[in-house]
Order: sequence, then structure tokens, then C-alpha cells
Amino acid sequence: MTKVKITIGGINKDAGSSKEYKTGGWRTMKPEVDVEKCIQCLKCFDYCPDGAVKKTDDAIEFDLDYCKGCGICAKECPVKAIVMKVEEK
Amino acid sequence: MGEQKGLTIQGNMATALGAKLCRPDVIPAYPITPSTLFPEKISEYIADGELDASMIRVESEHSAMSACIGASSIGARTCTASASQGIALMHEMLFIASGMRLPIVMAVGNRALSAPINIWADHQDTIASRDSGWLQFYAEKNQEGLDLMILAFKIAEDERVLLPAMVGIDGFVLTHTVEGVKVPAQEDVDEFLPPYEPPHGKLDPKEPMTFGSLGTPEYYQELKYDQVEAMDKSPEVIDEIFEEFEKEFGREYNRITPYKCDDAEIILLTMGSMTGTARAAVDEMREDGEKVGLAKLTVFRPFPGDLLKEIAGDAKGLAVVDRNISPGFGGAVFAESAGIFINEKKKPLMKNFIVGLGGREIFKKNFKEMYKKTKKSVEKGSVDKMVEWINMDEKVMR
Repeated sequence: MTKVKITIGGINKDAGSSKEYKTGGWRTMKPEVDVEKCIQCLKCFDYCPDGAVKKTDDAIEFDLDYCKGCGICAKECPVKAIVMKVEEK
Repeated sequence: MGEQKGLTIQGNMATALGAKLCRPDVIPAYPITPSTLFPEKISEYIADGELDASMIRVESEHSAMSACIGASSIGARTCTASASQGIALMHEMLFIASGMRLPIVMAVGNRALSAPINIWADHQDTIASRDSGWLQFYAEKNQEGLDLMILAFKIAEDERVLLPAMVGIDGFVLTHTVEGVKVPAQEDVDEFLPPYEPPHGKLDPKEPMTFGSLGTPEYYQELKYDQVEAMDKSPEVIDEIFEEFEKEFGREYNRITPYKCDDAEIILLTMGSMTGTARAAVDEMREDGEKVGLAKLTVFRPFPGDLLKEIAGDAKGLAVVDRNISPGFGGAVFAESAGIFINEKKKPLMKNFIVGLGGREIFKKNFKEMYKKTKKSVEKGSVDKMVEWINMDEKVMR
């Protein structure tokens, strides 16, 4: 993470910069999708609290910069295409 | 300099008039006894066309302070008024206002906290907000309430400070008591307090920036330090602005004002309206030859430890009089006074007296009793009871 100098009252003069704060580092479990099983119902997309699910041509993928590994997607997937795995760091 | 008109008004009207002279842009407020007259007067000024401002009628004190934070973030000069439970309800937002370095000014009618429910004078409400990062001023009389509103804006908005400020006037004893005040001329206040322009940016759709964002462990401590340093360095600014005010308007203010302290062996330290009674008691005791002095605390935050050391360092005894209590220890002013002397070789022996809770009257005889008890401890060279409650009614004790 790049360190920046603090400002009075913590004002951040770069609007819309929250994308640069990558919250994926909080994760201990990582979701993995089995593209063969995925039916693209996009329940995972609906339920993901971090907007970290993206649709691909034939399945979905995860934006690991922001996925916090909560596992809601795996819990909600009706065809059990998503599994949570301990992430090796 | 314009003429200072004389008026005979209640304390809440004095703080409202002081605020009006500062030309606030936004006043979000929720009425609560004993400070209700403040928002009433402000809405009257607006309705009569005497003040060009927006009054936001909110649904709670939490919302009042939230609206203050929003208004101040866009660069509006913002003030509000509250008391007691109202300040307790906005507690969360008080820390946010100071953490975001917004110079909001709040007029307080100091009142006790429930339970039991009580609407009368007591400093517990603002003392309970001590650690919120607000500057805290306490008035002895209505004139001070009026002047301190103007001073609070000037100090809070100073680029070297940028912290919110509370101005406390004792519930009913001042808020509802009619006293004569001198009102500075509008053009002189305008010159003393120019329009507020936030020096470090403001919320503006034309130039977007983020306010009140997340402060992760990598940044929080530095941001807090920056905020606390502004408070720690503010005494210099406060002294400078007090001096400027005296030059302009002819009334003297100090963070602590000594009275007959030069040769005093025992000094009473008071805050708020009780000071007038204490001064009368000191005068009478002086006539009887007692070497007693009085120190009036006007600025509680930042705590003027430097001045207290100067004033009371050579005294034999210091009687700290608190109109608040931290259960499990003692009064807040006492705790802080004791703290600043901790590393000093020469220090007065200290006693704490709890008085006037929930509007209990404080008489001259009570101050004389405190003096006598402190003198006794000084003669003995030790303190039997560090914290004592004064003017207790044995008839109603369980």
C-alpha cells in the first residue's frame, strides 16, 4: 500500500479514490468457481456485499482485489459451483 | 469603534445575540431545557429579517450535530445549542465534528444528566464530553456568555486551531436569569470576525473531495495526533485572541483569572456561575484577615495547566470546586488540576469539593467551609478526605 501524507481532518482531495484501497487483503478464505458447473444464474453477483463478482462469457470470476472471502456466494450458489478454500499467503 | 448598547436580557438571549452578531449561515437545533430560548431567539431573528441564515429543524440532537457537520463541511459558519440529554444524544457526532476539524460552535445551558431526571444547573453534560476534542468555555455571567460566543467562533476558525467549541452557561442560574450586558456593535464584530473560509477545502460538487473517510491503522494515530496537537497548541491562539478582544471591546478574558491570589495561602478554583458567590465569600474572608484567593477557570479545554501552576504553585492549599462528579474518583477539574502538578516539587496540598449538583444552591458559607477544611488540612500537613460533598441535606439522606 502506498503511504500518503495525512491532511487536516483527514480530507482526501482525490475524489473517487476508494477503488485504490484494496480490501482483498483482509481475506483468509478464497472462493473458487467450477466453470463447468456454473449456470450463470448470477445469484453470487446479487448477494456479494463487495461487488467482487464479475460475469464472464461462460461463467463468473472473482475480483480478488476486493473479495473479503465472506463465503456468501458459495453458500447461495444453487449448483454448488463455488467452494471456499483457505488461501495460502 | 461603535457604541456598545446596553441590554438587560436572559443568558440564552445573550448567547443567541452573541451568535447572531457572528452572522452564522446555518443553525440546526433541537430545543431542550434550559437552552430552548437560544433556537427560539435565532428563529425570531431570521423571521424578523435581522439574520440571514438557514435554521434546520431536526428530529433529534444526534441529527442536529449531524446537520452541523454537513453544514460546516461546505464552509458554512455553523452553530447550535443544547444541554444535558441532548449533548448525551449527540455524543457520537461530537467526536466526528472535532476529528473532521470543523469549527462548529455550540451554546450550552449546562444541566444535570438523568437519572433522576433534573433540568437544573450542573456541569456534568459538557464534562462528560470532555474527551470529544471540543474546546470548552464556561461563563460566569451573561456578558461572558455573549462575548464567549464571538470568541469561540474566532478561536475555533483560526487556521492554527480548527476545532469545534462549546460555550457553557449554567442552566437557569444564567440561562433564565436577567442581567445587564453590553452588546458590541455589528460593524466591530464584522471586523473582528471576518467571514469563514475553510483553509483546507470544503465539500463542493464543482471540486469533489472526500470528507470523513476511513482512517485505517496505518493513518488513524497520526490523524489523532494532528488533532490533539492543534488542541495542545491552541492556548497561544486563545491568549492572542483574548488580548485582541480586550483591545477591541474593553473586556478582559483569561484562560484562568486569578483574584486576590498574590499573597494567598489557600486558593479556591471555580468554574461557571458559582464564581460570583465565591468572590463575595473571598472578599468577606479577606476582611477577616484570611489569606484566601480565587481562581476562575474560563477555559476547561484545553486545560490551562501552565497558568494554574503560575497562580497556585506557591500556595499552601488549593480547594478545587467541581459541579460535576466522575463516580469512582472525584470531580473532573480536580483530577486535571492534580494531574498537572504531579511532577512539580513545589505544589499546594489539594482538596476536592463537590457542590451544586442538579441545581443545588451554593452559598457563600459553603465556600467559607471549603476554605476552613482546606486550611485545616494545610495545618495538619495531610488530607484525610480527598473528595468531600458540600451542602448535603442530612434530612433527605437515606
